[in-house]
Amino acid sequence: MGFLHRHQGLTPYLLLAPGLVYLGIFFVVPLGFLVHQSLETGNIDFGYAFTWAWGNYWDAIHNYRGHFVRSFEYAAIATTLALLFSYPLVYWIAFRGGRWKNLLLLFIVAPFFVTYLIRTLAWETILADQGPVVRVLRDVGILGSDGRLLATSFAVVAGITYNFLPFMALPIYVSLEQIDVRLIEAAQDLYASKWKAFVRVTLPLSLPGVVAGTLLTFIPAAGDFINAQLLGSPKNHMIGNVIQSKFLELTDYPSAAAMSFVLMAVILLLVVLYARAVGTEKLTG
Amino acid sequence: MTDVLTRRDLLRRAAASGAFLTVPGVLAACGGSSSKSSSSGSDHTLAKTLHFSNWPLYIDVDEKTKKHPTLDMFTKKTGVNVQYVEDINDNATYFGKIQGPLSRGQSIDRDIIVMTDNSRYPSLLIKKGWVEKLDKSAIPNFKNLVPALQHPNWDQNRDYSLPWQSGLTGIAYNDKLTDPVLTVPDLLENPKLKGKVTLLQGMGDTMPLVMFANGDDPEKVTDASWDRAIKVIKKGVDSGQIRQFTGNDYSGPLAKGDLKACFAWSGDVVQLEADNKHLHWNLPKDGGGIWTDNMLIPKGGNVYTASVYMNFAYDPHIAALIEDYVNYICPVKGAKQELEKIDPGVANNTLIFPTDAMLGNAKNIDSAALNNEKYITEWQNLISG
Repeated sequence: MGFLHRHQGLTPYLLLAPGLVYLGIFFVVPLGFLVHQSLETGNIDFGYAFTWAWGNYWDAIHNYRGHFVRSFEYAAIATTLALLFSYPLVYWIAFRGGRWKNLLLLFIVAPFFVTYLIRTLAWETILADQGPVVRVLRDVGILGSDGRLLATSFAVVAGITYNFLPFMALPIYVSLEQIDVRLIEAAQDLYASKWKAFVRVTLPLSLPGVVAGTLLTFIPAAGDFINAQLLGSPKNHMIGNVIQSKFLELTDYPSAAAMSFVLMAVILLLVVLYARAVGTEKLTG
Repeated sequence: MTDVLTRRDLLRRAAASGAFLTVPGVLAACGGSSSKSSSSGSDHTLAKTLHFSNWPLYIDVDEKTKKHPTLDMFTKKTGVNVQYVEDINDNATYFGKIQGPLSRGQSIDRDIIVMTDNSRYPSLLIKKGWVEKLDKSAIPNFKNLVPALQHPNWDQNRDYSLPWQSGLTGIAYNDKLTDPVLTVPDLLENPKLKGKVTLLQGMGDTMPLVMFANGDDPEKVTDASWDRAIKVIKKGVDSGQIRQFTGNDYSGPLAKGDLKACFAWSGDVVQLEADNKHLHWNLPKDGGGIWTDNMLIPKGGNVYTASVYMNFAYDPHIAALIEDYVNYICPVKGAKQELEKIDPGVANNTLIFPTDAMLGNAKNIDSAALNNEKYITEWQNLISG
């Protein structure tokens, strides 16, 4: 007690320590290993040696540009869709949910009680060629008579959207839930239409949730490989699939590490650009 | 009802394979405890516990107690407890998990692991010195190994490995949706099958069938025969004939009718056929694939205890009990005769005890090709678009 009294300046650092140690051990150190590995050359037969092989990075970008672009494309579409689906949903829950709020939120989270893989396999049943969804789409002429959804980019994007939807919905819900309804009432008292009040008051106040939600959705979506593996054809494979096959099938650890880094760097760059565009204060509210 | 069974089966496997995605699963596998002093082959004392890693649904199960009767018999006979873990779902993934500790000379806390010889990993484990030699003096039942499997080219004298089960790779089709599909060219070129066809992800699974169809020998792969096979498959991918490359997740879509025909493993189809009369499986006329899952003793495992277990599993009566539950091909001579006494239906199923003609028409892929970096890279690029 006496020690802390005498060194009050230390308290914040002591409180930070567990978090910093955690990040150090489980983030910084593995990252260091990954950098080291990404600059190695060799193969599993003869071992790997550290050779400052920057070429691994060039090869990663040059040979798999298509996969990178496709990953960001899919992730961006899925993030947009997740936003469009979840905003009205949680808006309704936050303002109209009443005493059912918690139950309704539970419904959003409920799929998470099931393993990721099983959830994705369930989509294989939902979108099956002989299933009801495809049959209806064929009947109304949207799909050709032998058209299909599975093993197309549509199925992959749909799967990603579904799997990451709660990451979008929950932060937005928290933002909306905190809004003081009197502010909206005040806007209406000042002759704002409902729509205007939403655009000028509710939406800006919910932006921190939107920003957090898009990041939480986009980042894991860009690195996903399960949806492309199970719901897509080889033509829909994402960079995550390539990294997985480089690491596990080819045991080409240096290339896999380099590709992971490129993926991380691009995501970081996009996040920075995004944060600058919307303003970082939106992230913290 | 029949569909439900298949589905449940699939989901069970999927659930099991999902385990590798969880952090605790990975940590547990990578955690490899400090290396225990590896017991040499001459040390003839049994360990208290045998740690046995195998694939899901790959040993007898008592449906009521969920126990494994043959393992209990082993414990009763030897006093060795068996810690049986179904944590291998994929050769590459499992190798990825164990290579870290093994390369650092650490034990992975397993006495027996099971890996497939149409992947590069059994030969790689031997080459890297990461597996122990079997203690053959403890395996008199070694003589019961069927002749066809005695001299694989990656372990000529079976010094390091003993087969657990084998399987055939052939073509499955749904007769409600298509005429019989009996050849690879029909599968890859028939316009009526467009987009309703899958091949297998493993190059060792898919290549033998394609090479046979091209008139090439999968056991002796050359650059020319390799290029021919890649060209044929690439054409199928580009034209959209081939929908996906799958693991055993083809079984759901095949049973539901999303697939009209696909490359499939004999053991899966035993189950699928039982549930759905419309599904059929054949070795292609030009020839199919045969692969074997092998028991191996990872470095640091207890050689003597593992060898004693292998001897036990090669008793024809025990092998028959295991076979009665598992639908793959039994490598133990005499098991069929034993099984005729217990369950003649299974004993006479040619998918479980294939005829000599069937075995003569199936080959495994060249193990040199499996370890050829250029081939592996080309294959991965092919199946990843």
